[in-house]
Amino acid sequence: MGAARVTTGPEVPGERLARPAPSGERIDASAIGAVRRAARRRRVSVVVVGAGLAAAIALAALSFGAAGVTPDRVISVLLGGGERIDRFVVFDLRLPRILAALVVGVAFALAGAVFQSTLRNPLASPDILGISAGASLGAVWAILGIGAGGAIVAGSAFGGGLVVAIVIWLAAWRQGLHGVRFVLVGVGMAYLCGSVVAWLLARAEVREAQTALHWTVGSVADVRGDELWLLVVGTAACGVVLVFLTRALRPLALGDDHARALGVRTDAARVALLVVAVALVAFATSVAGPIAFVALIAPAVARRLVGRGGAAVGAAAVVGGVLTLGADVAGQFAIPGFTAPLGVVTGVIGAPYLLWLLARTERTRA
Amino acid sequence: MSSLPVPPPAVVEGLVAEGISLGYDGRRIIDGLDLAIPSGRITAIVGPNACGKSTLLRGLARLHPLEAGRVLLDGSDVSRIPRRDVARRIGVLPQSSIAPDGVRVADLVARGRYPHQGWFGRHSSDDDAVVAEALADTGIADLAERPIEELSGGQRQRVWIAMVLAQQTDLVLLDEPTTFLDVTHQLELLDLLTALNRDRGATVVMVLHELNLAARYADHLVVMSGGRIVAEGDPGSVLTASTVRDAFGLDARVIPDPVSGSPLVVPIGRFHSAADPE
Repeated sequence: MGAARVTTGPEVPGERLARPAPSGERIDASAIGAVRRAARRRRVSVVVVGAGLAAAIALAALSFGAAGVTPDRVISVLLGGGERIDRFVVFDLRLPRILAALVVGVAFALAGAVFQSTLRNPLASPDILGISAGASLGAVWAILGIGAGGAIVAGSAFGGGLVVAIVIWLAAWRQGLHGVRFVLVGVGMAYLCGSVVAWLLARAEVREAQTALHWTVGSVADVRGDELWLLVVGTAACGVVLVFLTRALRPLALGDDHARALGVRTDAARVALLVVAVALVAFATSVAGPIAFVALIAPAVARRLVGRGGAAVGAAAVVGGVLTLGADVAGQFAIPGFTAPLGVVTGVIGAPYLLWLLARTERTRA
Repeated sequence: MSSLPVPPPAVVEGLVAEGISLGYDGRRIIDGLDLAIPSGRITAIVGPNACGKSTLLRGLARLHPLEAGRVLLDGSDVSRIPRRDVARRIGVLPQSSIAPDGVRVADLVARGRYPHQGWFGRHSSDDDAVVAEALADTGIADLAERPIEELSGGQRQRVWIAMVLAQQTDLVLLDEPTTFLDVTHQLELLDLLTALNRDRGATVVMVLHELNLAARYADHLVVMSGGRIVAEGDPGSVLTASTVRDAFGLDARVIPDPVSGSPLVVPIGRFHSAADPE
């Protein structure tokens, strides 16, 4: 046989030995670049179209309502002009709710995209796994139990979500990320936390239906002021951290062995990604309650739109924002004389999708 | 290994396992194994099912934690080298791979560039050139834009190998790369690895199921049984009837392969033996 014994000096990483001309068909590097750019074009256009859609819905939502403000007046208000009454309606009454709906959607969708890709399971989203319910419990406990507000509520929500995540990990993650058991433990935790929230609300004799609704289904109707700022700043901060962390999702998607072989510290990367995702859920839940299904659906829609096997985290954020903003506007104006909070609308959209996903998972397994 | 106050000055080149122990859930599969991988050569690890050959490879590749001992790469302990630096020097094809839905061949192969990229993972035109070369070397240049689910099993395995090639390492470890491939594709793949070894001087280590192909393609054969190395060395001298009996508990005759001259193991079962072969 006599294989060529090649002696190499001290290794310089990345430096290659001279190679002879290979025999097979060649492909130009520019062709590889073209494939790469096509994928990027698709990603960017999903984000741009989504952002445009969100802006259009926001403009419409600023005009709708009891005090009608025509779109041209809305625009002049946004540009710094307009009448005082218009400014009040736009900035004080409507914009906070629109911004809250948008950012809550972005936060849940980012968290969902990170959970689903990190755990390589389209069902493993924080709402299905009870992370949102745990965060909701943490927030309700902080408000009713210790009378806290603002950042302490968000911190307590983070603690609640993290506890649920740790319980799921202890009970099931170690048996494998794809197991039904792992999702079932999460669903159980969601019920448990939901029941305790209901009990806390009952015990504190919360009589306003609005408050109870807020913490059981979720709503952005009353989010404003400091709460809104906490949500925006918290989500933005988590988003910046994710820009650095999501890089590991590309090798992680190939399986843990491949990821390790490519130099990823898989456990550390996974923990870091999930902790940031839990923080996103905590910020969103602490101001808006456990809005159902956004974290489940938005990443799936984004992956479908972007295609090509990417985690589509950025696209998921945009889809999530459009989804919650659209759902909140629909909940207010779709049926005249009837309003529904955001969490109810997303639930109505999300439940059929979940059933479809379960049916499909069942079929692919069979 | 005893811990000396002064480390020995002699640096061993290449990949060396020193007294490594590995196991799963407290059950030890390999206990204090020593192995030196010859640099610039093709090493094949063979043995019966559950003999620990894949576990050994996983230990060498740092996919599975060592319970004892250490793996040295050019004299330094692999566990102390940052993972990313290891990934620039050792490429691994593990047994299980997941291809994300809809991923294109070129994109999957490009993920092999990960350890060479910075924080934001931007691909450069140099990366494109490396990917193009890996695709050409594995003979799948014409598939670059295809979604991976449209490919056959043999083509997919080439895509994964191309990804490992795009990692541009001088050491390539493969865990049963020929499983699920028909005999034609098995030979194609082993020829590809041989070309990689001869053209680029890459050190190849692979776990193989098929004894005769291992004997033909390997420069260095490692025969394992029950978590230990039963024999290792040149296939011609290592692969004898008695080694096969020791490792596999199988009666066999070993004759020269009429094509390559390497040892050919002809197993003897209960039935179908000719009355007298002499």
